[in-house]
Parts: sequence; C-alpha cells; structure tokens
Amino acid sequence: MSIQMALAGASAKPTGKRPHFLESWEAERSMAIALSLAGELVVTRQRLDTLERLLAAKGIVSRDEIEGFTPTKAEAAERGLWNQEFLARVLRVVQQEAEALTATDDSSETIAEELAR
Amino acid sequence: MDGSGKPVQDRDAALVAAYDGPPDYRVVGRHGVFPDMTHDEIERFNFLAHMNRHLAGRVMPAVKNAFETRVAPGQVFTDRHQVRRALVKDPYWQLWSALRRNTMEMRQQAGRWVTLRQQEELAARVAALTDGDPRLVLDPNLVLPRYVSSIDHHCMPGSYHTEYGPGDVANAANYDSGLFATTGGMLGRYSDGGGQAVARWVARNLPDFKPRRILDMGCGLGHNVLPIAQAFPDAEIVAVDVGAPMLRYGLARAKSLGVENVTFVQANVESLPHFADGRFDWVQTTMFLHETSYSSMQRIFKETHRLLAPGGIVLHVEQPQYSPAMPLFEQAMRDWDAFYNAEPFWTKMHEADLDAWMVQAGFTKESLIHGGVTAVVDKSVFPDAAEDSGEDYGRKAAWHVVGARKEGV
Repeated sequence: MSIQMALAGASAKPTGKRPHFLESWEAERSMAIALSLAGELVVTRQRLDTLERLLAAKGIVSRDEIEGFTPTKAEAAERGLWNQEFLARVLRVVQQEAEALTATDDSSETIAEELAR
Repeated sequence: MDGSGKPVQDRDAALVAAYDGPPDYRVVGRHGVFPDMTHDEIERFNFLAHMNRHLAGRVMPAVKNAFETRVAPGQVFTDRHQVRRALVKDPYWQLWSALRRNTMEMRQQAGRWVTLRQQEELAARVAALTDGDPRLVLDPNLVLPRYVSSIDHHCMPGSYHTEYGPGDVANAANYDSGLFATTGGMLGRYSDGGGQAVARWVARNLPDFKPRRILDMGCGLGHNVLPIAQAFPDAEIVAVDVGAPMLRYGLARAKSLGVENVTFVQANVESLPHFADGRFDWVQTTMFLHETSYSSMQRIFKETHRLLAPGGIVLHVEQPQYSPAMPLFEQAMRDWDAFYNAEPFWTKMHEADLDAWMVQAGFTKESLIHGGVTAVVDKSVFPDAAEDSGEDYGRKAAWHVVGARKEGV
C-alpha cells in the first residue's frame, strides 16, 4: 500500500557513505532535525496564511469555532496519520543513522577512483 | 485600501517589483502524469527552493571570505584537492556544507513522500498512456553499469532504476517534481531550460542543420530532449537511458505534452547495436557525462562517432571543465557536489581533456565545437540565468557545449 511505503521509505538513506561536516555528529544530527522543523513551520505558516486570506475574503473568520473544534473518530485518524508522516519526515536523520548501521557503502573518493580506472 | 491612502494595486505592484526570490511552485507545469500535490507538499518545495537560493545567495558567498582571510594565508596550494581539504577544516565551510547537504536530503524526502504515497496511481496513469505503445522499448535484462549501481546520484534513494512495484515511475516523478526546488526555479515551467537552451543554440549557430534522426543519450525522464523534439517536429528522436521508471514516465509525459516523435529505449549507451552505423544526424547528451566513468565515456564517444552520419553533429552539455585558468578555489567549490552530494565522477569528469578524447574517438580536431548556453525560460515568470551575476559553483543554469561534426558531406 502506497501510504505505508511512503511512511517507511520517504526518509530512506541514499547509497553512499554520508559525509560529516560539523565537529560532532551530535551537532549535525540536531541541525538536521531543526532544519526539517523550520521547513515544516514555514509550510504551516503558509497554510495558515492561505486560510486566513480565504476566510477574510469570504467574511467568515470564526475563531470561536476553531477553538471549540472536536474531531470525529475518522477525523482523529486523519490527523493522527498526519502526525505519523510528520515524525517520519522530521526524524529522517535518525532513520538514516539506523540504516547506516547495516549499510556497506563506499566513499565518493573511493568510487571516483574506481570509475576513473 | 490598506490604510496608506493609496490604491491596493500600487502596494501589490511595489511588492512584485521588490521581490527577488523564486516564483511560487504553482507556476510549475502540470502535464498529464505530474504527481498530485497537496497545498502543504507544494509549500515544502517552496521552502526548499528558498533554502537553495538563500544558501547560494546569502550563505555561500562568505565561504570565499573565510577562504581568503583565514584558510589561504600562509598556504601554498597546487591543486583543488588541497584547497578542499583545507576548506573542510573551516567552521564556516562546515556550516554551509551541513546546511546544503541537509537541504538536498530534505528535497529528496519531500519528493519521495509525494510520489511514494501515490506510487500505484502514478504507475496506472502512466500505463494508461503507454501500454502497447511501440515508442517504449524496455529491456528487463539490462545489466546496470557500475556508475549507476555504485551510488544514488544527488542523494536520490533508489536512483534512476529502482522499481517500487509493477510499471513503477515513482523516482521519475520525484525527480521531475523536485527539480524546481533543487534549482530554485531556474529551469522554467517544465524544468526544460537546458533543452530549450540547446535547441536555441543550434538554431542560432547551425541554422542550416536539419537533422532527420536525433539520439539523446542518458535522457532521464526526457525533460531536456522534448524541446529538441519540438524544434524539429519532423525528426525521429530516440531517447536512451538505463532507468525503466524514467523511460515509462518520459513517454507518458511527452505524449501528454503533445510531443509524439520521441521513442524511449532502455539500454546502456556505451553500445547500441540496435542502430546501424551512421543512423543519426545528431547525438546529444545534456548533463549526463558527469554521471558516467572514464572507461564508459571513451566507449560513448566511440559509439557516438559510429552512430553519426557523415556531417552529423554530437553535442555534450555540461558545466565548464576545470582548466588552469579557473582559480583553484572555484574548482574546489565546484567539486562540492562530487564529494558531498553523491556525484563522485563529477570531479574526475571535469578534469578530463574532452577535446583529446573526441579526437581519439575519431573526430578531427578541426571539427570540434565549443560554445556556452544559459537556461532558456519564460522570463516573465522565472529567473533568467543569463541576467544572474551570482555564482553557484556547478549548480548555476549556465553550461558549456563541447561537440564535433563528423567528417563527410
């Protein structure tokens, strides 16, 4: 099923040993997570902006309805799935670190030398 | 009215005039097999296009400052690898590199999410357009060349060839839908600014050239060959790649855009016994050679010479080659994608003497062709690389043309 494939595989590690740039991997891992979060924050901000503009244009800005919203069971499932997707995306670096434990990648330098032979 | 006393239109006009970022993703062309995208998936690509432009325009320029003020002083560099190894130790280079690598990984993640979640639907939409079509020629027994199987180029998991199900096209749709983000919108509505540039270059520089049969090697999903097919609607075009998902998607995409004169063939371009000597008037590669290898390049050049008719033309479009005239710092920066964006052969390919290799393959020295092109896009909507004074070291939509005309008529 595609949605399960996407949840499991969207954050997959590409082949090839991942280069490190910062002095500690801990810092690099944190940056990866923070950057993904920054992206998701922007996405959310744009969606809110879209909504606010549409609501304003139609004269339907009802904050009370938003504050008092309670999801149905199906709505809760849909929103839960979104949370799963969110975590798979934002925790990409954790998944790739796990996949790297069993990968047998060559470095770009090694492959370049091989391809130049 | 916005309270300023001026009509709102003036404010909008001022906003547009002052804006220098990439266009909104919604200007990207939606052909018949383009993946469906939600509002948030679109905004994810918008963010990544902005990230890439921000990194290129606002973050990367200071790498040069760091190099000049605290890396280079007191050092003597004799090649680009020494420069790179020195840069690697600089905290600002590390910061920029970590941001750039993460942005690429996020771009791949975003595109994979979009295309894997609709993998079956995309395969079905493509099959509806391509089933039984003789212009899709696949070879399930094709052995992948090592230059494809060894590494997932530009960090795209599964590369061009992996199939996630029957009739799969997921990675082709990922590549197609994400090019906008990777290039910050520099390649235009159908990400075909490179192909359009080649078509325009040929029209201007070879006005009498009327090819009847054209071969595109390493076509990917065909985005760069379609402008050529459109420029020569009476010509018969053959586009070759090793990746079945790319070719399936390529034919469906071409048909949905009304381009009917391209046949997509799965093969290794190092040897194309499918075609007789002198079969083609034009052989084209666009941003392909840097993902091959020395030994295969030499075979490709020889095969190109064999396949060309007398008077026929071969054109290779790539980023400029490294030369003694190019500063070592620039060479080292251009090598970034080789070592940190999974394009290992990039560094080797760009130091090769392409002219000598073309001659070795049978072309005469006098017949060699050199030129330069920038992406051709709808300038009312997309940024124009020709007017961009910035430098993105290997990623700018500005390329060199290296080619030759085969002896004969």
